[in-house]
Amino acid sequence: MLNDYNDVLQKLCHHLKQLAGPEVEITPQTDLINELAIDSVKLLNLIMEIEDEFDISVPINALADVQTVHELANLIHRIRSQKQ
Amino acid sequence: MSLLDKLDAVAAARKALLPEGIEVFGTPIEEVYSSTEARIGDHRILFLGTNNYLGLTFAQECRDAAQEAIHSEGTGTTGSRMANGSYSGHRALEREFAEFYQCRSCIVFTTGYQANLATISGLAGPGDIVLIDGDSHASIYDGCRLSGAEIIRFRHNDAADLEKRLRRLGERSRSTLIIAEGIYSMLGDRAPLADIVKVKDAYNSTLLLDEAHSLGVLGETGQGLVEETGLLDRVDFITGTFSKSLGGIGGYCVSNHPQLDQLRYVSRPYIFTASPTPATIASTRAALRLLREGVELRRQLWKNVHQLYSQLKELGYRLGPEPSPVIATILETPQQALALWKGLLEHGIYVNLVLPPATPEGNSLVRCSVSAVHTSEQMNHVGKTFAKLRETIFQ
Ligand SMILES: Cc1ncc(COP(=O)(O)O)c(C=O)c1O
Repeated sequence: MLNDYNDVLQKLCHHLKQLAGPEVEITPQTDLINELAIDSVKLLNLIMEIEDEFDISVPINALADVQTVHELANLIHRIRSQKQ
Repeated sequence: MSLLDKLDAVAAARKALLPEGIEVFGTPIEEVYSSTEARIGDHRILFLGTNNYLGLTFAQECRDAAQEAIHSEGTGTTGSRMANGSYSGHRALEREFAEFYQCRSCIVFTTGYQANLATISGLAGPGDIVLIDGDSHASIYDGCRLSGAEIIRFRHNDAADLEKRLRRLGERSRSTLIIAEGIYSMLGDRAPLADIVKVKDAYNSTLLLDEAHSLGVLGETGQGLVEETGLLDRVDFITGTFSKSLGGIGGYCVSNHPQLDQLRYVSRPYIFTASPTPATIASTRAALRLLREGVELRRQLWKNVHQLYSQLKELGYRLGPEPSPVIATILETPQQALALWKGLLEHGIYVNLVLPPATPEGNSLVRCSVSAVHTSEQMNHVGKTFAKLRETIFQ
């Protein structure tokens, strides 16, 4: 399970780097909006990419509780394990 | 952060973007002369950013009907459709819309915004799914939020992407409401309705189409994209507004599903607001008659559309993907967009400036919209002005 979470985190960071630029350091505690300057529209588009990457559905309602990279990775991980 | 601090942040962002002294948003219109002309400050200007596609705001029949209604029924209903606010006019307008679309039922709402809020939140609820085009209007997003359903977006105008997302939902596709728009308000492109309908049938989902910008504009009698594509009976629910081609304010939903009428008992944006004024209903009924007969108005509208679209294209402006009454020029930076907007205003042309995040893909738009009643002199002046400004904007 932990492996699975780490896999999610790694792939998520890859997507985030494409949005934020390669020079930006991204850790699980990084705040998506305040530190990576990912605005609400970019975040919604990122969710579509994540849905395709992991072949899952991520209702955007769930984003209300997501602020950090870890929280987003956790959400994806949870949806993915429900599916399996 | 205290309660009001976030509004200070908005003020700071606005100030950083927009120089002092120009009121780009909510520009005060001092006097209105006609469907296409008004005064801003000391300048007579041409409206090129309204949604007055058929120019009906000044149609004599509509103004007379509104005046007569004020005389006979007063200025307002002071009550909800659910209580004392359903006059004979409201019910007649519902019958007329149902007949126009050859549909079983119609509900009239106080605004187009509320038509989407009321319909979406009435149809979908917790446990259901709404699958919406990524470029949907704010009223669709807000309706989805109010519904409590799970919200999933598909890539703009991409039926294959919609299909992929429905497939992922498995059995849940049956309790899914798909939402698209006839013409999208930012870039003026149409939904690929035939493909969307095919996908929704294959997955036994339900489809709502918002014809806000296409009513009166597309189709022989002006029903919208459903008429242009011949797919009226394949769409489950159609919403739209009176505030654009009908030149008033209000909204509607039509459907053949008998369940539509139950929305009157469960839908909060229908119940907890006052009904449209008698004047609004009367002018809208008159406007709907003109819209249905308005073959000549639509011919004139599309003539103006094709003229401006091809002129701007030839001048090298980046535009939305297809000609439509919404003609958006896409600029690389907000500064460029502001410069074009200001330049147009200095030449007496008033358009809409749309900046991120309200725009698709973070572009800045100078959004024009064309009316059937723009004269050829007015259209020529617009073309010449865009040509003149091209040099200064892109230097
Ligand atoms: C696609 C779309 N739907 C709904 C609305 C809301 O309509 P109204 O302005 O009449 O409330 C608008 C207009 O702003 C719109 O563009």
